[in-house]
Amino acid sequence: MVVITVMPLLAEAVAAEDPAGRFIRLLTVFLLAMWVGFEVITKVPQRLHTPLTSGSNAVSGITAVGAIVATGALATRFGSLLGFLAVVLAMINVVGGFVVTHRMLGMFNPKKK
Amino acid sequence: MSTHAWINLAYLVAAMLFIVAFKLMTGPRTATRGNFLGAAGMAIALAAACFEQPVTESLAAHGAWPLVLLGIAAVIGSAIGGVMAVKYPMTGMPQMVALLNGFGGAASALVAGAELWNMTASAAHGDATRAALAHGELAPWTQFIIATALTGLIGAVTFWGSLVAFAKLEELPRFKKAWTDPVRHWVNLGLAGLTAALGIGLCVFPASNLLFWALVIAASALGCTLTLPIGGADMPVVICLLNSYSGLAAAAAGFVIDNSVLVIAGSLVGASGLILTAIMCQAMNRSLVGVLFGGLGTTTAANADDVYAGKVKSASAEEIAMVLEGAQRVVIVPGYGLAVAQAQHAVRELASALEKRGATVEYAIHPVAGRMPGHMNVLLAEADIPYEKLREMDDINPTFPETDVAIVVGANDVVNPAARTDPKSPIAGMPILDVDKARTVVVVKRSLSPGFAGIPNPLFAADNTLMYFADGKKAILDLTAALEKG
Repeated sequence: MVVITVMPLLAEAVAAEDPAGRFIRLLTVFLLAMWVGFEVITKVPQRLHTPLTSGSNAVSGITAVGAIVATGALATRFGSLLGFLAVVLAMINVVGGFVVTHRMLGMFNPKKK
Repeated sequence: MSTHAWINLAYLVAAMLFIVAFKLMTGPRTATRGNFLGAAGMAIALAAACFEQPVTESLAAHGAWPLVLLGIAAVIGSAIGGVMAVKYPMTGMPQMVALLNGFGGAASALVAGAELWNMTASAAHGDATRAALAHGELAPWTQFIIATALTGLIGAVTFWGSLVAFAKLEELPRFKKAWTDPVRHWVNLGLAGLTAALGIGLCVFPASNLLFWALVIAASALGCTLTLPIGGADMPVVICLLNSYSGLAAAAAGFVIDNSVLVIAGSLVGASGLILTAIMCQAMNRSLVGVLFGGLGTTTAANADDVYAGKVKSASAEEIAMVLEGAQRVVIVPGYGLAVAQAQHAVRELASALEKRGATVEYAIHPVAGRMPGHMNVLLAEADIPYEKLREMDDINPTFPETDVAIVVGANDVVNPAARTDPKSPIAGMPILDVDKARTVVVVKRSLSPGFAGIPNPLFAADNTLMYFADGKKAILDLTAALEKG
């Protein structure tokens, strides 16, 4: 399953494509990843749904990658300002999400006494 | 291998780590490991982003400036996120998750805005755009501009929808009552139309920053007006849906900047949120459309006076303690009232007192108990209640006939037998916990007031039910004290 999803990513490193091809590739990645998501997440038990929500929340902070490029490029002042704000917000999302998930999961695990 | 290829390889590793992280979410112990792997994947992806060509070029041109700027932003964001994550009480998890969803959505919208601005503002790009437009060579721009419009739309709806959800969950006075005026449908329709028109406009005039920000503003208003009418008990659905949106916004941003790791991570989150949304709707026996646009409508249920008249038995702590003394098997059913009263630790003490007397104690968790998926499990886990004792609905329902006492703490509609017996009830067909089949049912509640469905609960008037009217926490503490005395 994992392999199927990442194949298009590997292809990206090999050849430069025309725009339509590039779009199809991204669309392929999108649909396959959705499918993998459905497969994997239906197996998460109801008891762990809150940590699942907060953990997936942290993952959606991946948009920080785009924010880093937009800020770091320093192409325009306004663009960098927007990027800066996006990095701040996305990092709140990433750090807040992973840390709170860890805290929650710690409560589910019996403590060593 | 070129730097570009190395960066893509790093993204690939990150994407795989995310998938594995979700896969490990099947048990609490493996989930902790999964969470670390997810965080590691994120660290790899973020580090790789710092080596992207635009960043390295700007490092060569401006010195260390870009890195300083990024460092400052990362430190501010991480500090705020870290403090929130450590300080927020477990009862406030729905609010915290709502806020984080919103920030994710906003970040994606800002990324799209920044990309569009950078693309159109620099002279070279501006000329290239105009040339492309003149020659009808729109292909590279079509994906970019549609994705930009979608990211701005989803991101803004997510951000403002989440802020409203947060305000509702915090029970800020102004947001306590759902907005039920029928005019809301027209407002929503109008705003949706406006947003769509602006989105199409942006695709026709792809170099227009003005149209983009107008779209963002319209979508922001839409995010508010869509969330304002939704009542407190439907919050689990809204939280899941916003969670899904924040992922989809990130995926759309991936289409803007042509980045697969954003698309993969974003769609994983989008799928996760959609699954949870479906589960929540199913557990409430409501359609998603009904939750989002329906309101609760008028009920045709029996009159409260007819249901309760003279049949409700109220009991004291001592009387209930006497019943509990002889119990072999006790099932505790927590609801949102338990979270409000912060009674999770008190419940644990009651369970310990019962277990000392040789009874087995388990907890029956309804999927929509609380304000977000799995809310009750987190609260009970916080009170050190073992994971194995928290039982899901389908798992524990067959055991109620062999249960001596079921103690319902702050739950109402999820234990309403009318869902099974009265086909005309608004909650008819909703899966419920069959506590009425237990030998004795103890209901801890402040009053006979109805739950979110606004209907009376025949359980409270049943022959085998004892009502204990008090605040959840105080009630449980009193019960424990009475049990230990007797």
